Amino acid sequence: MTALISTQGLHVYYGNNEALKGITLDFPAKGITALIGPSGSSKSTYLRTLNRMNDLIPNVTITGKVTFKGQDIYAPQTDMVNLRKQIGMVFQQPNPFPFSIYDNVAFGVKIAGKTSKEEMDQIVETSLQEAAVWDEVKDHLHESALSLSGGQQQRVCIARVLAVSPEIILLDEPTSALDPISSSQIEATLLKLRTNYTIITVTHNLQQASRIADRTVFFMNGEVVEADDTKRIFMNPAKKATEDYISGRFG
Amino acid sequence: MNKQLAEQLRKRSKAAWLERIGKIVSFSALALITLTVFAIIIFVASKGLATFFDNHVNFWNFLTGKNWNPTITDKSGQPEVGALPMITGSFVVTLLSALLATPFAIGTAIFMTEISPRRGARILQPVTELLVGIPSVVYGFIGLTVVVPVIRTIFGGSGFGILAGTFVLFVMILPTVTSMSVDALKTVPRYYREAALALGATRWQTIYKVILRAATPGLLTAIVFGMARAFGEALAVQMVIGNAALMPSSLVSPSSTLTSVLTTGIGNTVMGSLDNNALWSLALVLLVMSLIFNLIVRLIGRKGAMHK
Repeated sequence: MTALISTQGLHVYYGNNEALKGITLDFPAKGITALIGPSGSSKSTYLRTLNRMNDLIPNVTITGKVTFKGQDIYAPQTDMVNLRKQIGMVFQQPNPFPFSIYDNVAFGVKIAGKTSKEEMDQIVETSLQEAAVWDEVKDHLHESALSLSGGQQQRVCIARVLAVSPEIILLDEPTSALDPISSSQIEATLLKLRTNYTIITVTHNLQQASRIADRTVFFMNGEVVEADDTKRIFMNPAKKATEDYISGRFG
Repeated sequence: MNKQLAEQLRKRSKAAWLERIGKIVSFSALALITLTVFAIIIFVASKGLATFFDNHVNFWNFLTGKNWNPTITDKSGQPEVGALPMITGSFVVTLLSALLATPFAIGTAIFMTEISPRRGARILQPVTELLVGIPSVVYGFIGLTVVVPVIRTIFGGSGFGILAGTFVLFVMILPTVTSMSVDALKTVPRYYREAALALGATRWQTIYKVILRAATPGLLTAIVFGMARAFGEALAVQMVIGNAALMPSSLVSPSSTLTSVLTTGIGNTVMGSLDNNALWSLALVLLVMSLIFNLIVRLIGRKGAMHK
């Protein structure tokens, strides 16, 4: 199995506090990987090292290696702009810009350079279709994205990431701020995307992980306890801690 | 037992009394302020309108006349109370100083919130607060001893005029506009920045295309507030503008604003006379303008809220 993105001995410190204690993981191309674990197990921290979003936080020290297609993304000559175009991110709280739906989806493409009006229309439409929100918004593309429901906003945020055609999409608890119906729509969207994209999602919702993920990684206290096929993790975990967590004995 | 409980429930408790007193105190404070504001508006309006009703000055002539000399009547027997030179002066210094201050204020605000928040908080915050606290007469004095001579050397003439007024007002409104711009930028949620950066935007693109755009209503409010302050500033402007009630012919010719004519003239007129009433009319124009500035701020706020 060749990994699209992988980490070797990844440590993250916030000041003196060690948040990640040497994570070595490989993510193959395509499919969905779910990162599960109790609160404070540093799943989100791990996710955010994969597109260098942790760089924004002061006092962070990162050691170890993150390689994307064999390239060390923490090498000094790494171009952050190009990196983040290939590794997109969707956040916990739906965060569309206070612009129109169209402008939201077009944003990433627009800042990357000139695109003709027809091309842009095409990109916006395909992205919104891929994110399974096109039918709901196609008649008011030029209205504020903030007028949409939370679930629609989150799918517009996914479309916004898809518009810059990334290889990897990172999702940080994408449904935890949404109602169950919106959540299942997001899940359906992700299941559609899994054949074309490499998706890594953090989730607190174990059922969600078991429904959508091909592979599941169990984090606890800044360490990976177990990483395996989702079926194996849920049906026949190798570690006691994993079994306790998925059966609801803690966390 | 039940009777005792009923009595206990019916008796007003100490907390309830305090609640009632607090309500009365805060309501009376509000009533007093509202009353004062209305009293001022009515007073200024009645005085200011006397020029038109008691002295029968044509309102249109007042707004468009170019000669200000209330003690003299012109050939047609009408007193010369043309306020256009002052109205023009006020608007020109206000717009120019706002135009000059805006890029500086927004630039500083971006530095303080986006680029170096820590240094911004340590150095720029106290500096802007200090600048707000300096009395306007000090600004005027500095303008008189520094700005006016410099303009005189460069452009010739007396040095007094709209340009000198603009520079002094620029420095005076800069801290107001800056600190309000900082507030406007701070209200832009952090997740907009994260979203933009995660899409591969550079920091500059994030500031320019997302943060400034999201903060536009707040920034406009800051600018309008600055303009309101510039429009109403009297003393500092009076010291450097030259106080000639003439249509400004250039930026360096002595001219006047509504406020400068008021402060110069109000002590030298007799209550109830035409020249006194004419000054009140200028005050009324000032008051109406500041109400309009307020209205603009509210409209911007409402428009901003609609997009949220």
